[in-house]
Amino acid sequence: MKRARILVDDQLTDVTVNDSHNAVLADGTVIAETEANWQPPCTGKMFVLGLNYADHAAELAFKAPEEPLVFLKAPNTLLGHRQNTYRPDQVDYMHYECELVAVIGKTAKNVSRAEAMDYIGGYTVGNDYAIRDYLENYYRPNLRVKSRDTCTPLGPYIIDAADVADPHNLALRTYINGELKQEGSTKDMVFNIPFLVEYLSAIMTLEPGDMIFTGTPEGLADVQPGDEIVTEVEGVGRLVNYIINESQYLKSLTTEA
Amino acid sequence: MRHCRILKDGVATEVTLATADTQDLTNETVLPATTGTVFGIALNDKSLYAKLEPSFSEKPHVNPPTRPVLHIKTDNTHIGYGAAIPAPADGTPVYAGPSIGIVIGKQTTRVSEAEALEFVGGYTVVNEVSLVETSFYRPAVKAKCRDGFCPIGPWVVDAADVANVAALSIVTSINGEKVHATNTDQLRAGVAELVSYLSSFMTLEAGDLIIAGTPERTDALYLKAGDTVSINIESVGVLENPVVNEATIDAAQG
Repeated sequence: MKRARILVDDQLTDVTVNDSHNAVLADGTVIAETEANWQPPCTGKMFVLGLNYADHAAELAFKAPEEPLVFLKAPNTLLGHRQNTYRPDQVDYMHYECELVAVIGKTAKNVSRAEAMDYIGGYTVGNDYAIRDYLENYYRPNLRVKSRDTCTPLGPYIIDAADVADPHNLALRTYINGELKQEGSTKDMVFNIPFLVEYLSAIMTLEPGDMIFTGTPEGLADVQPGDEIVTEVEGVGRLVNYIINESQYLKSLTTEA
Repeated sequence: MRHCRILKDGVATEVTLATADTQDLTNETVLPATTGTVFGIALNDKSLYAKLEPSFSEKPHVNPPTRPVLHIKTDNTHIGYGAAIPAPADGTPVYAGPSIGIVIGKQTTRVSEAEALEFVGGYTVVNEVSLVETSFYRPAVKAKCRDGFCPIGPWVVDAADVANVAALSIVTSINGEKVHATNTDQLRAGVAELVSYLSSFMTLEAGDLIIAGTPERTDALYLKAGDTVSINIESVGVLENPVVNEATIDAAQG
């Protein structure tokens, strides 16, 4: 089963997603994928892994860490499928990061690695944009780089964990305007999902809807206004996002208000 | 006016209190005074900053911070007045983090410093509890995001009722004994600057909270199971919480 949330007459509405990727309302009404106003499929704490693929760590001139490098995002940054992300004027390098996101399905505290997968409710796709110009060496990666408005597209939907045979053997791909730019596999994660559930649940209580963004492999590239960015996780989903410029973004704020 | 959230018949209920007397709350289950996202500001205390400043030109920092240093206190950390702060069962030291909390009153994106105070609904007391702060280089999730590590309350005082937020005394007591005193005049970035900066890239929502800044975690702020810690901020309120060994709490919850 694939579950998503869309806006219908400005109301956040739970839907399922059919095999043609269209949204299906509770009464059976089908809304075409390109017509639906997709929203992030869940809300909760957001844990994001830095340098969790050895090749990507090398790309950034880092050694893979000896313990998970976890940072947090705030809910302001989330965005649904087929929505717009803005690139600030005057920045040199803004890149996507295609990630498998594991969504917690039930309350978890002090869960062992052996039992950890029982606590995963489903999976979705996250695009963890970063603006490298804003990096500072304090609580790095800092919120100005990673927790920006519009900078974390998520979705289109959550697919039940039972429908993903092996989350540690899925291809990750990112396309800019149809051109393949990033490719890797979740089998190359440094710290896998059970390790991360054990690690995080030893620190704190995890709740349903909490999300673990499991990191990105190598293959980063700059994005520019006008680009269509597709991040895709095999067997999970294909998340579409559009880059707009800052003045288009500011105009959209005025229009909404 | 003081706006308090308490549990009534299992339902979170907002009550308004006319006086600053916490006696009315003695028999209540008090919830965290705010419900939104909680952002903390690190290195925003003048003397802490001055002490660490020489290290900011060295690895791994290389350069001093150019902007306020932000972190997030996740929802599992938020607790109300009177609720227990769980101390690690293995005895890892825990420190209090007295700070004024800035409560957003209405949604804002990219507000100027000049207009920022219009979006502040009120103030509260926060105890930004932490394990020892060994590094400011990587996000401090392990030190700062343990369950119950962010008491907030007992209430939110309307901004209009706080005359000069830039000069309020903050006194921390442990087991009734005064152990630490500071003042909001020790903050490097003030309320308007923080609200404006955060909103420059994050839309702030009504109910979001900014923990303005905590002092150095000296031995004076060390907490252990069995202690009661209280933080008294002039014109805002007194936030008091017991510290309990987490093993006791886990056992009680089955």
